[in-house]
Amino acid sequence: MNKNYETVFIINPVLSEKQVEDTVKKYKKQLDEKKVKFVCNESLGFKELAYPINKKNSGFYHLFQFESNDINIVRDLEVELKRDRSILRYMTVSLCKDAVEFNARRSSGEFNKKKTKK
Amino acid sequence: MRKHFNSALQNESIDRSSKQKKFCRFKKSGIKYIDYKDPNFLKQFINDQGKILPRRITGTSLKYQRKVTQAIKRARHLAILPYTTDSQ
Repeated sequence: MNKNYETVFIINPVLSEKQVEDTVKKYKKQLDEKKVKFVCNESLGFKELAYPINKKNSGFYHLFQFESNDINIVRDLEVELKRDRSILRYMTVSLCKDAVEFNARRSSGEFNKKKTKK
Repeated sequence: MRKHFNSALQNESIDRSSKQKKFCRFKKSGIKYIDYKDPNFLKQFINDQGKILPRRITGTSLKYQRKVTQAIKRARHLAILPYTTDSQ
């Protein structure tokens, strides 16, 4: 029974557009090697941070949503994220079925039109 | 709720606090999952200092209040919501 995970990480704003894509590709490749089923791989864009994280006030938010059945995949991903200096912060969350259904509706753009009613 | 106000006991205080029955907006609108990535929605549950509003003010049920606090704490970790805002 594979569980759903959602990882959000913030990439250092100093990097150029290309470097941001490279870091995202690096992690995506690392997950793909372990035959992880990607549900959603989306950039939440360049956002202002609510408080400065090591002297940076903004960052590129990126979201991975994937399914995997053993926990070591998540652990290895987090070890890599921790080691990488260009990642300001990361968080991995396991999703319940409501969350998965919600994300499916969100990615299908159901909330964009009217007021984003969760 | 007091049906008629001109009751015999004139000096009885009329409790206006329970006038409008508070309801849990999540049960009413059938929201099941509170997303921690959307600041506009979560802002309705924190005051202007960034603190989480108690249930007696927002009226949410215990089950959804826990989901709201979990979402807010996750959003704070990812710098989507501030821990404290400097507003007097």
